[in-house]
Amino acid sequence: MKTVLTCTVNGIEHTVLADTRDTLLDLLRDRIGLTGTKEGCGNGNCGTCTVLMDGATVNACLILAFEAPGRDIITIEGLSDGGRMHPIQEALVAHGGTQCGFCTPGIVLSAKALLDTNPQPTEADIRHAIAGNLCRCTGYGKIVEAIAAAATTARES
Amino acid sequence: MQAFEYLRPETVEAAVAALNESGARALAGGTDLVPQMREGRRSASRIVDLKHIGELTAITVRPDGSVAIGAAATATAVSRHAAIAATYPAVASSVRLIGGVQVQNRASLGGNICNAAPSADAVPALLAQDARAVIASPQGRRESSLAELLHGPGRTSLSPGELLVSIVLPPHTPRSAAAYLRFTPRREMDIAIAGVAAWIALDARGAIAAARIVLASVAPTAIRAPTAEAKLIGEQPTSALLTEAGRLAAQDARPISDTRGSADYRRTLVSVLTARALADGCAQIQAGAP
Repeated sequence: MKTVLTCTVNGIEHTVLADTRDTLLDLLRDRIGLTGTKEGCGNGNCGTCTVLMDGATVNACLILAFEAPGRDIITIEGLSDGGRMHPIQEALVAHGGTQCGFCTPGIVLSAKALLDTNPQPTEADIRHAIAGNLCRCTGYGKIVEAIAAAATTARES
Repeated sequence: MQAFEYLRPETVEAAVAALNESGARALAGGTDLVPQMREGRRSASRIVDLKHIGELTAITVRPDGSVAIGAAATATAVSRHAAIAATYPAVASSVRLIGGVQVQNRASLGGNICNAAPSADAVPALLAQDARAVIASPQGRRESSLAELLHGPGRTSLSPGELLVSIVLPPHTPRSAAAYLRFTPRREMDIAIAGVAAWIALDARGAIAAARIVLASVAPTAIRAPTAEAKLIGEQPTSALLTEAGRLAAQDARPISDTRGSADYRRTLVSVLTARALADGCAQIQAGAP
């Protein structure tokens, strides 16, 4: 069954024809065309589909599209400023905190939610913030270093 | 996933009316329900979203000191609530063990209870604090102990048409404290092989006046450890006594062997975690817990 849904993504209001069974992830990728948000496990374990909903990280695969109207949703596409990468993205590049890159959009948004509320996180805070984001390429050491560096850069600027 | 109708009521009464139909399911955080529906393990012809009902998302400190937590309040909201963090730290810390941050931002306290996993991380601390449940139905409201709500893996005692409205933590007992400890191979994003919550109250002489020990992942539901509790009453909380309580709690457990651990391993974990949780509670009281 089809339904018309209106929701705000990255500050832009979208009115789209959706399937009533769509998840927020389906809505973002297949109806709006924002494919930066990835589907990994599809059941809330891996965090690759992490987006911000009213400022808090959520797994888009665990949310019905019906729940999106009235919420402020930010995806990875909403972070770059006119094509310039967000400082968290720059830090991940500089520290080699990415390999295949599939988990990276989710990691960036989890890091952003952390730094927005806790500008001076400890290593334990960072590890807790990304506990719900699984990376299968590598260890988490460089990712943690990159987020710590992004926090330092943000405090100094 | 089958097609469904989506409703967003704004009062408990409207939600109860909407749920009083076969095929209707309540949706709070959706962290269990949505994947269950996508994988065909649960079906629904009507989804009733509870997150727009003020009473179901509110956390209220009552005049008598008790705290009512709306069943759709998120784990994040529960863990960050000042009164819960100050007075019921075992509850605040246990909900921070549910999944990762993304899940905690959505998962509800009522959902963790009603999904009825024997390993549900929110449940042992709530039972140790002697929490009660407020339940609404077309006939009105009733209250029961939270323990009565839990019937088995994936099963509660809620009748069709009944809705869990809130969880009530009773007023704080002076010189009491609780702790919940679980064992997982990984620190985060894992399911407890065994978990133990302990609540303990000391009298003016420092002897144990009352105790509740709750064991998780070692029976079809979280269960009390009555033999271990009885051993403690009237005694000074020496480490020998707490170790003995752990040994008795391991006998009170009814674990199975599965891929996550053998029954013997689970009993050993119960023994160790019980002694540690009791010691944690005593330390909080001695450190001047409220």
